[in-house]
Amino acid sequence: MKKVRNLQDLETLRKSILQEKYSEKPCIIISEKSTCCYLSGSKEVVEGFKDGLKNFDLENQIDIKSTGCLGFCEIEPIVILEPKGIVYQKVKKEDILEIITETILNDIIIDRLLYVDPVKGKKCKTEENMPFYKKQRRFVLGNNRFIDPLVIDDYIAINGYKALATVLEKINPEKVINVIKQSGLRGRGGGGFPTGRKWEYARKAEGDPKYVICNADEGDPGAYMDRSLLEGNPHSVIEGMIIGAYAIGSHEGYVYVRNEYPLAVKHLENAIKQAEEYGFLGKNIMGSGFEFNIEISRGGGAFVCGESTALMASLEGKPGEPRAKYVHTVEKGLWNKPTNLNNVETWANVPLIINRGADWYSKIGTSSSKGTKIFSLVGKINNTGLVEVPMGIKLREIIYDIGGGIPDGKKFKAVQTGGPSGGCIPESLIDLPVDYEKLSEAGSMMGSGGMIVMDEDTCMVDVAKYFVNFLREESCGKCVPCREGLERMGEILTDITEGKATNQDLELLEDLGGVIKDTALCALGGTASNPVLSTIQYFKEEYKDHIEHKKCPAGVCKALITFTIDENKCTGCGMCIKQCPQDAISGEKKKPHKIDQDKCIKCGACYGTCKFNAIKRK
Amino acid sequence: MEKQGELEPKDVRLLNAIIKKYDGKKEFLICILQDIQNVFEYLPRKALIHVSEKLDIPLIQVYGVATFFKAFSLVPRGGHTCTVCLGTACHVRGAEKVLDKVKRSLDIDVGETTKDMQFSLKTVNCLGACALGPMMVVDDDYHGHMAQNKVDEVLKKYSSTF
Repeated sequence: MKKVRNLQDLETLRKSILQEKYSEKPCIIISEKSTCCYLSGSKEVVEGFKDGLKNFDLENQIDIKSTGCLGFCEIEPIVILEPKGIVYQKVKKEDILEIITETILNDIIIDRLLYVDPVKGKKCKTEENMPFYKKQRRFVLGNNRFIDPLVIDDYIAINGYKALATVLEKINPEKVINVIKQSGLRGRGGGGFPTGRKWEYARKAEGDPKYVICNADEGDPGAYMDRSLLEGNPHSVIEGMIIGAYAIGSHEGYVYVRNEYPLAVKHLENAIKQAEEYGFLGKNIMGSGFEFNIEISRGGGAFVCGESTALMASLEGKPGEPRAKYVHTVEKGLWNKPTNLNNVETWANVPLIINRGADWYSKIGTSSSKGTKIFSLVGKINNTGLVEVPMGIKLREIIYDIGGGIPDGKKFKAVQTGGPSGGCIPESLIDLPVDYEKLSEAGSMMGSGGMIVMDEDTCMVDVAKYFVNFLREESCGKCVPCREGLERMGEILTDITEGKATNQDLELLEDLGGVIKDTALCALGGTASNPVLSTIQYFKEEYKDHIEHKKCPAGVCKALITFTIDENKCTGCGMCIKQCPQDAISGEKKKPHKIDQDKCIKCGACYGTCKFNAIKRK
Repeated sequence: MEKQGELEPKDVRLLNAIIKKYDGKKEFLICILQDIQNVFEYLPRKALIHVSEKLDIPLIQVYGVATFFKAFSLVPRGGHTCTVCLGTACHVRGAEKVLDKVKRSLDIDVGETTKDMQFSLKTVNCLGACALGPMMVVDDDYHGHMAQNKVDEVLKKYSSTF
């Protein structure tokens, strides 16, 4: 393959790609190449369309583009018919023939495949009509739609690597850093440290070689925007890294990816190879004399490795234990050399800023938080998916306008942001503008962007227990406050959920939370009490219900609930008897059944099975 | 492999090939162990010793890494690995119940293997497929929207005797 030598070369290449591959032909866009799309049967759909077009002799007249994640995971696999932009949701193999004969050949819309807005009940034909997309500003994630993640030409066609070519040809490293500083970009992995300043420190730090790391150890449970970016648009991350390396003066880079993301690794490996072939990576990049290489390192499934010093220890082939950051990693990081680490999403923002300018970028967002942020909107929400919104947007807009509210007519209770380091924000704060500072003030944090919506059936004490247990297992054990403190907090929370705790335990829990916050070594421990303290702050009544009344209002904590059968509603169908793993339910056919409380393990299998609402959970 | 006094020549060649793939670089210890585990389904003791010698890393450090990261197992695993996702999104949608049901069906706890060596049970913090939670993975197959009454149906696909 011919290497690209300069900006002019790249432009020529782009034009030839556009001429060769992109005609005015209609195109079928299918979200195929991402973990959750595959899971929804996307591969079959792509194969089905290929065969279908062949059968109708249309394969030369209509293109198929297989892309990564389009963000709206709830309705995948998504099929978009261009040029009209008609969107069909949850497409199955069986629908393909009809789509071809009806919509493609005869312009007739298939009603049952259209997305229905859960709020207004209106059917939506195109993305513009979908409330899910309306308030989003998809500058980073939006490109997934145009790209087959395994084809570098697709990325070049939408001006990919132009930012890199421009930087190498026209902007010196100091100026690049200035542009990033002026843009106001802050770390998207959770810390929110100004990216430009970090780069400046790394550039000025003494030591050789210098390293650049992409943190793709997306350990925050419930957040998957990094996976989606790496799977759907790996070149944007690579391009960002090369620009960063040029600005800092680094020639070696690593991407540290979670082992749980095999597809992201595959796409990244392929992308690095392709970038090398065009000369965007390797020696003498685009004739500039600048050299940079990227290696991929797979993590071993430890949450703490998302912390920069733990990640670097792991990269060195050691257990992922963090160290105190008296000396910053920009001065002494990987192998004790100056190291600049940024998160996947941060890197993906870099080409955007270079191409559109710092002024443009800094106009989006609030005074202290600039640009857009991708959130993964999950849990008890109608429109599950990845949403990219300008900083400063209100939580209400994300949850109700974009997310379509809570399913099954349930009541919104809280939204958890920031993962295990974050907190739960209650309904009273739903008009909170989302930026780094406002979330911290509310006792939570931005984190990497997980947004887990909870409804009235979620027990907040159980949520706090869940996070503490999560962190207890993930604590590396190096410092005492985190190792022992979380253990004790977990015990108290377990006591509360089992109705064995007193009000003093609650006070102790708050005290402990404060101590761990003040004394733990790294960010994992330092923020570990957030889920507990924020739930105590906003949901104290619920804690009290567990402690004083021995009740779990949400019906989650097993020790505090009982399942009984309402004799008036039970039809004696026997479904619950079949489902009960303990043989705890008895009764004759067509007569009301009974649950033997001594045998019941409160698994809730009967509750989930009964069609007559006869099982009561109290 | 474990029963032999020495590594079989075939295994030595295999281990060396894995190490060579990473140019014998120490920083790729985790990747090397991952590749070894992919082949043997766990990390045999003798393989760890071999890696320690070849990479010139103290055995205690290799062992430290092998026990630190959740992805590794030092004991043989069952023919199929059943992994239940316990990420937050799955948790609020009832992942615990799914896990409880798998435990009951297989009659093992997390980290254990069934007596007939057919299944091992693991949990994972998040698979990043939150829209489809609760998630369960058997070997490389993802099963979304799990519920306790679907567990047996899924497990049956992998075992004739189940």
